[in-house]
Order: sequence, then C-alpha cells, then structure tokens
Amino acid sequence: MMPVRGAIARIGRSLREGKTMSFEKLKELFILNFVEKQRWKYLVEGLGNTMLITLFAVLLGVAIGIVVASVRSTFDKEQETLKRRGGFGYFILSVFNGICKVYITVIRGTPVVVQLMILYFIILASSRNDLLVAVLAFGINSGAYVAEIIRAGIMSIDNGQFEAGRSLGFGYIKTMTYIIIPQAFKNILPALLNEFIALLKETSVAGYVGIMDLTKAGDTIRGVTYSSFMPLTAIALIYLLIVMILTKLVSVIERKLRKNER
Amino acid sequence: MKDDVLISVQGLKKYYNNGKVKALDGITTDIHKGEVVVVIGPSGSGKSTFLRSLDLLELPTSGKIIFDGVDITDPKTDINLHRRKMGMVFQHFNLFPHMTVLENMTAAPRKLLKKTKEEANEKAMTLLGKVGLTDRADAYPSQLSGGQKQRIAIVRALCMEPEVMLFDEPTSALDPEMVGEVLDVMKALAAAGMTMVVVTHEMGFAREVGTRVIFMDEGKIIEQNTPELIFGAPQSDRLKSFLNKVL
Repeated sequence: MMPVRGAIARIGRSLREGKTMSFEKLKELFILNFVEKQRWKYLVEGLGNTMLITLFAVLLGVAIGIVVASVRSTFDKEQETLKRRGGFGYFILSVFNGICKVYITVIRGTPVVVQLMILYFIILASSRNDLLVAVLAFGINSGAYVAEIIRAGIMSIDNGQFEAGRSLGFGYIKTMTYIIIPQAFKNILPALLNEFIALLKETSVAGYVGIMDLTKAGDTIRGVTYSSFMPLTAIALIYLLIVMILTKLVSVIERKLRKNER
Repeated sequence: MKDDVLISVQGLKKYYNNGKVKALDGITTDIHKGEVVVVIGPSGSGKSTFLRSLDLLELPTSGKIIFDGVDITDPKTDINLHRRKMGMVFQHFNLFPHMTVLENMTAAPRKLLKKTKEEANEKAMTLLGKVGLTDRADAYPSQLSGGQKQRIAIVRALCMEPEVMLFDEPTSALDPEMVGEVLDVMKALAAAGMTMVVVTHEMGFAREVGTRVIFMDEGKIIEQNTPELIFGAPQSDRLKSFLNKVL
C-alpha cells in the first residue's frame, strides 16, 4: 500500500498547491488506477459481467414480454368471442390476463434495485449463483416493459387491418402472424432496442448485491486507490461508448425499416 | 324464390351498454341468390352494424343469421370457414400496406385455400385485368389512388370466390372523381349475377343497380321494396323526409 499512499500524498499536495493537472499528473493517476497491480482487470471483469447480465436479461425479458403481450392482446381482442363460446377458454384466459396485469403493475411500480434485493436476499437467498440471480431480476423487470412495448405496437395497427384479415377467413392467430405482427414489428423493434439500452444502464445497480459489474468495478478501484476521478470517468466513458454504438444501430435499423415502408 | 335463400336474418338485435343503445332492434329479412340489396338510411340508423353483423364482425346480442343453411351465430360454428364465402369491402379499403397488390390478393387463397402460387397469381391477374389494374400488380397500396385501392379491395375479396359480397359504404372515403370507377366495378359485378348487400349513400346506384332497397332507421327496417317504389312511392314519413334530404 505504501506506493499508493505516496502517490496520493503527492497528488493531494499538488492539488492543494493549486497546480493545474498536468499531463504528467494524469499519467500518474492513470498508472495508479489501471496499470498498477493490473487494476484494469477489474474493469474487464465488470464489463464482461455487465454485458452478460444485460444480454441474458434481454433474452429473458423478450421471452416474458412476448408471452405476456400475447395473453393481454388476445384477451383484449377476443374476449367477446370467447365469452360467447362459453366453457373454460374465457375463464382461463381471464385468469392469465389478471396475472399478467398484476405482474406489470408490480414490476413497473417498484424500483428495479428493490426487486433485485428482494430476489437476492429473500426469494433466492439460497442461490450461490449471483449472476443468475441478476439475470433473473433484470429479465423479469424488463419483461414487463417489453410486454407493454409489444402490446402498444400491436394496438397501434388500425383495427381495420384486423377486420380485413378476419373477413377474408383468416383466424385470430393467422391474422396476427400474417397481417398484424409484420406491420407492428416496425414500431416494436426500435422501442425494443431502446429498452435494451436502458437495461444496460440499469444493471449498474447490480453492485447492491455484491456483483462485480462495470460500476462496481470502478467503485472497487476507487476504494483501493482513494482516487475517484479516473475510475469513475472511465466507467462513464465505457457506458457512453456502448450506448452510442447501440443508438447508432437503432437509427440505422429505423432508417432501414422506413425505407421498406412504401 | 323461396328455396334459393342465401342469407336468412331472423330477429337480429345488437345492444350496447346493457341495452341502453339499440344499434339493431330486431332485423328480419332474407337475402336471395343473385339479389343486389341496397341498404340506405340516415347515419346512426344501424345499417353498417347490420352489414358487419352478416360477417360477424359485430357479434349480435340475439337473433340468428342462417348462411347457406348454417346458423353462423351459433358459437360452435367455425366462422372462419363461412367468412371465406363472404367477401367484405370496407369504407377505408383496409389493404395490407406491407404487401404488394398481388400479395394482398393471393395471401388468403394461398394460405387458406392452399392454392399454389401460380394458381393464385393467375386468378388474381385475371381479376386485375377486369378492373383495368394489371400494371399495378407489383405496386404497394400507398402508391395507389383511393379509387384504385377500393377496386383492388373488391378484387381481393373476389379472389376467395365468395358467394356474396358485402359493401360497407365503399365510396364514402373517395374523392368525388373516383366514385365512378368503383361503382362501375360494382355494376359489372351485379350484372355478372353476384349476390350483393351494399350500404351506401349513392342513391343513383341504389336506383340503377339495386334489385331491392332496404330503408333503415333506429335499428329497424322501416321499409323495403323495389327501387322504383322506394324512390317513386315512399310510404312512411321517415323515408319521405330522408329522401327529401338526400335527393
């Protein structure tokens, strides 16, 4: 720890003496925070975990979202028909619809960090796989938002399209797959990618349950070097870079989709 | 005439808000093969609801619709099979914007009737020829004029070889100069012997093409007769005052 202390003392002195941060000082800080004892490895590990959590949480979120949106949209569009037909169909669908509504309300009505802690410390307290718990927490959280994105995309298609499909003899599912979903997809995809971007940033609270994500990695370095500037700026820049790449991707895709729209 | 009834409507009712709004208040009528029934009436009279009920796009509160001898209002009936035999044309065309004209026309025959692409395309091109739009086969709906869209919508429905064609105010969303081209297609269809039910504000069409005119108001059939008698010798006061306003 001695060289660290020495470096900090030197930097502190130079700052107190009102000297501006020279290139030399920055280099010193850089070496202290990232090169010494290979501290950059924290960032690599953290970034890896952040990407891992985000990727699998998105996959889980989309899977949950599709199921929930299907139940909700089917209930909205077909409840009258099912009610007429009688039997268990309507009963089962309305129960599932109720469950989906509660799920969306609870997930969207509570902070994700609270959900993460409840899952980690209560529901899955016995689990030893921290990353899996994080994937589940963020995936379940994202699912509620994805469900509403998909449902809004379906609802945005004029009901006349639905009626036209049905009047030709297409059933509910065929009308959805051949006519509604292909059109709704154009509205859904950009919103879905934006949700992916938001989720990436939201995973920064994973440190609350001791997971070494990118934010926690930067914070860990800060904790041992007593130097905030370099590690925090570094993680901010890494997030920014990833988000900018993804944003660029969204706008390219949006443009492509609009080009097909004739 | 008795045995060639295609659609038999019996005591059809459609209530909203637990019966506070009576869109249809007991409609009973038979539609025979080859008939061109034109439904007229003031807005809110239930004529569109009546037409849409025939295709079960509106689910009736009570009453029966017998189509081809089958009660299609029975929840156990597979309505999708019967809708194939009923062509529907909407006020706002409702072409599928993500498909070309040809794809719009061949989607249902290919997916539902399991026709090959060649069969379906051939049939579609023949029909496009009849409405003078062969050169638009590969266009997307957004590249078409309103009149063209509606003509495509008509032939799209015809691709399923329906037994009856239902028209829900087919010219109401069109610019005036495009109404003629759509009505011409409908006239040709009627002349070819197609059974048609048409909700429209085009009194000229009703008079010229209709074999029977139904006048509806407040969810009921007030009067029905041949066009000559409906327009020449209206009986009820409501029909008289309606005709005074529209003619």
